[in-house]
Amino acid sequence: MAGRGRGRGRGQMTFNVEAVGIGKGDALPPPTLQPSPLFPALERRAAPLPGGEEGEYMLALKQELRRAMRGLPYFVKPGAPRRDIERYSDKYQLSSPVDSAIDWNPDWRRLPRELKIRVRRQRKGRTAPLVPKQHVALDKEETIKKLESLEKKEEEVTSEEEEEKEEEEEGKEEEEEEYDEEEHEEETDYVLSYFDNGESFGPDSDDNGDEAVY
Amino acid sequence: MTQAELRLCSLLLQEHFGEIVEKVGNSLLRTGPRPLRLLVGDTGLLPDQVKKALCVLIQHNLVRYEVQPRGSVEYEARSERILRILRYPRYIYTAKTLYGDPGELLVEELLLHGHLSMSCAVARVADRLTETMEDGKTMDYSEVSSTFVRLADTHFIQRCPMVPESPRSAKAPPPPAPALAIAEKDMYIVPRLSLVGKGKRRHSCDEEEEGEHKAKRQKQEGGTSETPPDDGIYWQVNLERFHQHFRDQALVSAVASRMDQTSSEVVRTMLRMSEVTTASGASHTQPLSSNEIFRSLPAGYNIGKQVLDQYLALLADDPLEFVGKSGDSGGGTYTVKVTRGPGTSRAPPGPFQHPSLIPLLPHRFGSRCARIFRLLLRKKHLEQKQVEDFAMIPAKEAKDMLYRMLSENLVSLQEIPKTPDHAPSRTFYLYTVNVMAAARMLLHRCYKSVANLMERRQHEMRENKRLLEKSQRVEAILASMQATGAEAAQLHEVEEMITGPERQQLETLKRNVNKIDASENQVDETIFVLESFIESTVKRP
Repeated sequence: MAGRGRGRGRGQMTFNVEAVGIGKGDALPPPTLQPSPLFPALERRAAPLPGGEEGEYMLALKQELRRAMRGLPYFVKPGAPRRDIERYSDKYQLSSPVDSAIDWNPDWRRLPRELKIRVRRQRKGRTAPLVPKQHVALDKEETIKKLESLEKKEEEVTSEEEEEKEEEEEGKEEEEEEYDEEEHEEETDYVLSYFDNGESFGPDSDDNGDEAVY
Repeated sequence: MTQAELRLCSLLLQEHFGEIVEKVGNSLLRTGPRPLRLLVGDTGLLPDQVKKALCVLIQHNLVRYEVQPRGSVEYEARSERILRILRYPRYIYTAKTLYGDPGELLVEELLLHGHLSMSCAVARVADRLTETMEDGKTMDYSEVSSTFVRLADTHFIQRCPMVPESPRSAKAPPPPAPALAIAEKDMYIVPRLSLVGKGKRRHSCDEEEEGEHKAKRQKQEGGTSETPPDDGIYWQVNLERFHQHFRDQALVSAVASRMDQTSSEVVRTMLRMSEVTTASGASHTQPLSSNEIFRSLPAGYNIGKQVLDQYLALLADDPLEFVGKSGDSGGGTYTVKVTRGPGTSRAPPGPFQHPSLIPLLPHRFGSRCARIFRLLLRKKHLEQKQVEDFAMIPAKEAKDMLYRMLSENLVSLQEIPKTPDHAPSRTFYLYTVNVMAAARMLLHRCYKSVANLMERRQHEMRENKRLLEKSQRVEAILASMQATGAEAAQLHEVEEMITGPERQQLETLKRNVNKIDASENQVDETIFVLESFIESTVKRP
């Protein structure tokens, strides 16, 4: 009895098909062989959007809010991507203190203690005042001064030792320059102090180098 | 949490707070409450980044934390609160209509920053208002603070839970996280502050004009560099109250469409009087006597006492039961039924059911389908033949529409067997609407559609990124040239940098983005109605 209906005529259902309304001989829709289309055809157009003053004001508000939220410190930007090669200009880019500080001041009493990010220890501690120091007034002048000093440093590799000494003295006065010089020293492959300019050897090089040494 | 909700939450977080916060939020939403180190391991981000993201989320009330008995702190994301980000423009607009510009800006600042102290909020808003005013005028703090106080009195903003004040003994280590709590009655008390000052402009040229107030300002500034007088008291927006307000608006408009303008005014007055006294989940407002109502009617409506009584009687007798009569003292007391009446035999549908489900149908299926649907809602169970008769639709079409709605799960079949063996020829098949299921399904669809809209909008922006950047650069150049005073010919030349077709492309992009944004707002309204309906029905004891 159970298997009687099987195989005889397609589309046999467990309930009486006529009761639901599909009469005998009515053409049923063909079986679907593929998933429904991604954008099915719209049978009727959608209703118009509510316009009017209220709608437009809310629209403007929404876009304003989006824009404003991007600028707030709550928008956490991912850290600057590590470049494959360290470029010279990286030194001059004012990078924000990524990953290691919060730009706004939450009330720490209201937050769990484990969320407080400690200021790093000494080594990095020098970079932290370094970066804000650059922000402090007279930005341009500092950079120009730095550029000049670095220019001099570039020349010094091939120039006199005295200037180098002078540089180092100047550098010692200001923390930054000292730090930069150390950095600069570290970056090159050659140890700068190795290059003996030959000052102590032979006569002064104030003369034209072309003249033969007697 | 359905997949659609999850997707929408992560899109919202990404758009408003960036990718790192999105990753952290996603992890919390998908796997539930967890402590910090598990979170770090899960997301694969640096610990500092995760900490930063958590601070942001807690600041905005999107995540809450709890100290577990073992001593670790667990964080839990609040998905329903994240979904509210969609509704921020509506909140701000409502505040504007009720309290004007200072109110609007106060609510906006509180929403943007999560929670703020009163002095901070007032200062910021005054500065912003001063920016928009003409030169020489400044916004006084007192006006802004009076708006703040009004917002607090009507419960639109509330105090955040506070850090407990109990002094800890030196021996016991401080708990890893504070247990914040606040009593209900303290939530709306505004601290007594004397905020003196005016808004500041960003331009330095205005400083001279305010020279006489400099002494006062210095004192003010000196005060803020130390702890401000209302230290530790933070305020946040009370979203529930806004929802209550939207609900009241919907009720009033439903009454207005069913009866007339005056009756809607009566209902509006009743609702306004009981704004603050009604708890947010209550099903009825407090009983109000008709004398009180008469006294509180707005001045423009000069209707006599008898007329008012007649209106009230009409409203009470209405089958939709917006207003119920609850006593006779003081000339008759009346309440407004805010949600679906629990336990009444006829279970009259609340004002939410009709506005929400029905208008959606004609757009998708046609007005006849809507007719059938309404019929089924009213009559609960109908056979195929009865549907055709009552709706006055020819059999073939009725069948077709019913099957379509059936396949969409908006209606369902109920079998009633006549014989114990459930033989199909001897069983009744009744069509019925399961309202809760249909509402939930529609809500799920709404979430999906908003997520799709957002993705499409982001896609459009990404496609035209180059063009957008170019136009921004040109605008910046134009602005700087205008500031330095360039001639019209030069300006024209700069404008020419954007060619005609590019301009058209920009126009189309702008139009599309606006359309998508407006649609998001509209879908959010539907989401609100459906959510309130589901919430109110589920809460029924």
